[in-house]
Amino acid sequence: MIKRRIRKGYRIKEIDEEIRTTRTKREALLMVAARQAGVAVPIIYDIDLDKKEIIMQYIEGERIKDVIDFKEEEWQRKICREIGRNVAKLHSNGLVHGDLTTSNMIYMKGKLYFIDFGLGMKSNENEARGVDLHLLMEAFKAAHRNKNLFEWVFEEYEKNFVEAKEIRKKINDIIRRGRYMRRIT
Amino acid sequence: MICLGIEGTAHTIGVGIVEKINEKCRILANISEMYKPVQGGIHPREAANHHAKYIPKVLKEGIEEAGIDKREIDLIGFSIGPGLGPCLRTAATAARTLSLILKKPIVGVNHCIAHLEIGRALTDCFDPVLLYVSGGNTQVIAYMDGRYRVFGETLDIGIGNCLDKFGREAGINFPCGPQIEKLAKKGEKYISLPYSVKGMDVAFSGILTACLQLIKKERIEDICYSLQETCFSMLAEISERAMAHTEKEEILLGGGVACNKRLQEIIEKMAFERNAKFYCPPAEFLVDNGAMIAWNAILMYESGMETKLEETKIKQNYRTDEVEVKWRLLEEEQKRKYIWKDGMEEKS
Repeated sequence: MIKRRIRKGYRIKEIDEEIRTTRTKREALLMVAARQAGVAVPIIYDIDLDKKEIIMQYIEGERIKDVIDFKEEEWQRKICREIGRNVAKLHSNGLVHGDLTTSNMIYMKGKLYFIDFGLGMKSNENEARGVDLHLLMEAFKAAHRNKNLFEWVFEEYEKNFVEAKEIRKKINDIIRRGRYMRRIT
Repeated sequence: MICLGIEGTAHTIGVGIVEKINEKCRILANISEMYKPVQGGIHPREAANHHAKYIPKVLKEGIEEAGIDKREIDLIGFSIGPGLGPCLRTAATAARTLSLILKKPIVGVNHCIAHLEIGRALTDCFDPVLLYVSGGNTQVIAYMDGRYRVFGETLDIGIGNCLDKFGREAGINFPCGPQIEKLAKKGEKYISLPYSVKGMDVAFSGILTACLQLIKKERIEDICYSLQETCFSMLAEISERAMAHTEKEEILLGGGVACNKRLQEIIEKMAFERNAKFYCPPAEFLVDNGAMIAWNAILMYESGMETKLEETKIKQNYRTDEVEVKWRLLEEEQKRKYIWKDGMEEKS
């Protein structure tokens, strides 16, 4: 499949060009790095920076966002553990996804694939990791019914990443930093 | 039903008198006075003093302009939060006094939601995503499951705050938005600035720092131009994401910064590109105003959300998603009734 970042007419050419180029580049780089870290991502076949295209493997599976609410709790727990393990792999290898939502995770043949790394970055800062997980927490709250999902993710994350305690603190910081109080679900 | 609403969350003290007639919103009066700091940003106590001084004047002018007798007022509304404590308390005191003197019920209104509701009342939109951009607030709000939820917001300072802080350092008077807009029109060169979108949230402090460092190194017009283009593109992007996420096809603007013509243009273009509809109420109702408070108070009162006098304590940290939006349920119910009635008539 081809992932093409299309021009957005609402922003000026300079910004549009910069965003599309950096995100395309960044996405490709991070996908390669994620694969090296042992996280399943689509295979990249080619990149065209002029057209802002990445040609990659099509993952023909189920988007977690679409299916998680309809599965039994055991499956949900399994997938959440899988998410936690993978995010721990990313973070311990200095990678931050930047858009951790259930729309960006695809389940195919017993394997969990991560896509859409365009907002990610290479970083070893706990702040960036905290923001990454905080986003996932918000995504769970906004889109899914089971309130335990994030805790399941974090349990497994904790087992696989030594700095998890620090990051839990960061997440709480970020929640408190939000304007007014925390969001209600 | 006629309602008098008092707005006083930040620098504006406003009185609006609004009538709900045939399910429509009729503005009878909308008067405000704005506190302008001599130097620096808003000083909460100074602002509150300003409000206390001007509230008799705006009340009197409001009732005069509406051409009603004060006994005709059925309901008192006031901004209960979020905002600056001293300002909120001043407005609340005035509202309580009026409620007691006139012996009329009182309703405490969430300021952010009032921005959204006045937009819905004065434009044709029905179920929009609201991009609410003001000095202190930057939020993307939409209705979902009985509440107005915040899908994206600023992680640090409000967009207006960012513009004001930059303007102040660059020697522009408060409020700096309109001046920056004017200067930006003369901008010729785009200077690359940090672009900070995190999921559906944005952050402005990094851009602000970058711009402050550019003062005196680059033309002020170019900095203003780059600042606006960057911030507004970010806002368009998170609005677009929220629209895609919620599958809504209307975008509504609210808040003082929405007066900016360039922001309006960018958001309108974004809406056009995705076949969505763009709505923007007149500037008088974009900025903080009493009319929006009055209108929202009517909606709340009619759906049984009267505030008891002893519960009118201000809520400085009142969040958008704390409010149960009962009037939307009522609206939907009524709509269903109409459809049913129309169907019946057709058959007979």
